[in-house]
Amino acid sequence: MSRFFLFTSLFAVPAVALSVASRIEAGKAVTPMRVSRVCALLGVVFAAVAAIAAVTGPHRIDLIALLRQGLASDTSPEHTIVFSVRIPRILLAAVVGATLSTAGAVFQGLLRNPLADPYILGVSGGAAVGAVLGIIVGLDILPFGIPALAALGSFAAIVLVFGVAGRRGETPSGTLLLSGVIVNAFCTAAIMFLISTASGTRLHGIMFWLMGDLGLAETGQTSLGAAVLLAGFAVIYLHSRALNLLVIGEEQALQLGVDVEKTRRVLFFAASFITAAAVSLSGLIGFVGLLVPHLIRMIFGSDYRLLLPASCLFGATFLVAADTVARTVLAPSELPVGVITALFGAPFFIYLLKKTEAGRCRF
Amino acid sequence: MPLLSVDRVSFKYGEQWVLRGIRFEVEKGDFLGVIGPNGSGKTTLLRVIDGILKPQEGEVRLEETEIGRLRREALARSVAVVPQYLALAFPFSVEEVVLMGRSPHLGRWRFEGEKDLRIAREAMMMTDTLGLAARDMGSLSGGECQRVLIARALAQEPRLILLDEPTAFLDIRHQADFFDRIRALNRERELTVIAVTHDINLAAHYCGRVILLKDGRIEAAGPVESVITEEHIRKAYETTVLVDRHPVTGSPRITLT
Repeated sequence: MSRFFLFTSLFAVPAVALSVASRIEAGKAVTPMRVSRVCALLGVVFAAVAAIAAVTGPHRIDLIALLRQGLASDTSPEHTIVFSVRIPRILLAAVVGATLSTAGAVFQGLLRNPLADPYILGVSGGAAVGAVLGIIVGLDILPFGIPALAALGSFAAIVLVFGVAGRRGETPSGTLLLSGVIVNAFCTAAIMFLISTASGTRLHGIMFWLMGDLGLAETGQTSLGAAVLLAGFAVIYLHSRALNLLVIGEEQALQLGVDVEKTRRVLFFAASFITAAAVSLSGLIGFVGLLVPHLIRMIFGSDYRLLLPASCLFGATFLVAADTVARTVLAPSELPVGVITALFGAPFFIYLLKKTEAGRCRF
Repeated sequence: MPLLSVDRVSFKYGEQWVLRGIRFEVEKGDFLGVIGPNGSGKTTLLRVIDGILKPQEGEVRLEETEIGRLRREALARSVAVVPQYLALAFPFSVEEVVLMGRSPHLGRWRFEGEKDLRIAREAMMMTDTLGLAARDMGSLSGGECQRVLIARALAQEPRLILLDEPTAFLDIRHQADFFDRIRALNRERELTVIAVTHDINLAAHYCGRVILLKDGRIEAAGPVESVITEEHIRKAYETTVLVDRHPVTGSPRITLT
């Protein structure tokens, strides 16, 4: 199959599916039936995109031949490329995309702010300081070296942000947002300092990490990320109806029976925790966590009981597609995936914004 | 037993006492108005009744239970609040907002069932919002939005409904429409209502009893005619007004002089 055809289908498949869904699903109330229907649709779209991604790349894969050889043989170069290189990378992209999109949806609701993304509370800044430090010191020779330092850095940032914002057991959104921005600014300065001391050979690695790099996929790390995502998602989904009520305001959420302080605390920590895991494995991939929840909201509505699983599935799809482009378009060299998420994401998002009327989008 | 007892409640923000020794009772089916100048403690009183603020002294009881002992969910099944307005960060449809009123009746995992949908539909019918069900909240007028908020409160199936200056942003026609609906619910369904309002004439027109607050204390309380007098209003608001009778209903009416 020609690469042009593969590229087109990578984005056409999800776009057509969402377009059809936006016509069928617009303006309906959320029921368990509807949640499963949308998830099934998005699950199929993900599978299709992942399959296309597996056969797309600088090395042409003859799908028929591969299948004929059977999955048992592990000697052919095709087999090695697909199963040892591409599929692990696709899985990492899926886990990271799903995590960032879920966390973005949670932060937008909790902070009642459409500009919120998973990095807004300093998780990214802390992780970046850890990772850059690790690369400079040369910790990338250890298997878990960079991810471990990044995770450490992001936890330090989370503790710092909540420590600064918390007062008498309460953490008001405005203060939280401010302390997140400040911790991020501090971390940026620290990164600039570290970069200016780094030698030329390390700079490339640092730059790729800061713009997001899925090329380091290791099955062990990916499974760890997936486990964190699953646990975090379960905790978050338990509070999905409470999240709807938090969107209409903390006081009204109280009046409708939500234990606001406890719910907010649980959700902030769960979302920060899964973000930290994703960032540690992939670096800073921007835009996914901001864009995907908005996109899903425009098409399926703001109800978190549908928004969360749909964002999770579509986030995985989106990042797999973007990463496939990132590693293919300038082959044999690679682009940072963050470049692609914004280059493709921003125009599509603008198009959807223009198509949206009274909160609903049909395109 | 009264539905709600406010028993010698005092509340302070920091060192500043905002409510002092407030004491009154509300019987099932009452329509109580709370009036008073800015800063007299009206909204604070409402928040204490709703359990959002914890009084430093005294207690609020719903029948025999002190409300501080109730979980938020349990309280929301008995007490609903109609706020001044709804500020949504993200778009929700009218039906979704009304169904939020069912939230305290649902467990963590449960979605709204047939019964919840029926109750929400009835609430929308009573407030003439059924035709708006699929509309986005952001596209509604102020009057429509307040009707949806009544519907949401009704969907909670509360025993007591608190109105927090619900018509502050409405014109006189929609103010009257809003309170006509609330009065009908109060009379036909014995819904107990406590309304906090700036509008003395509105309170005089619709409420059975009124509490007049000044500096966190009850200046006067009782039937409308005995509370809304020239002397009480002058004392509480430090403004001279003329009080006469409404030509049709005979309830007190104030005019600035």
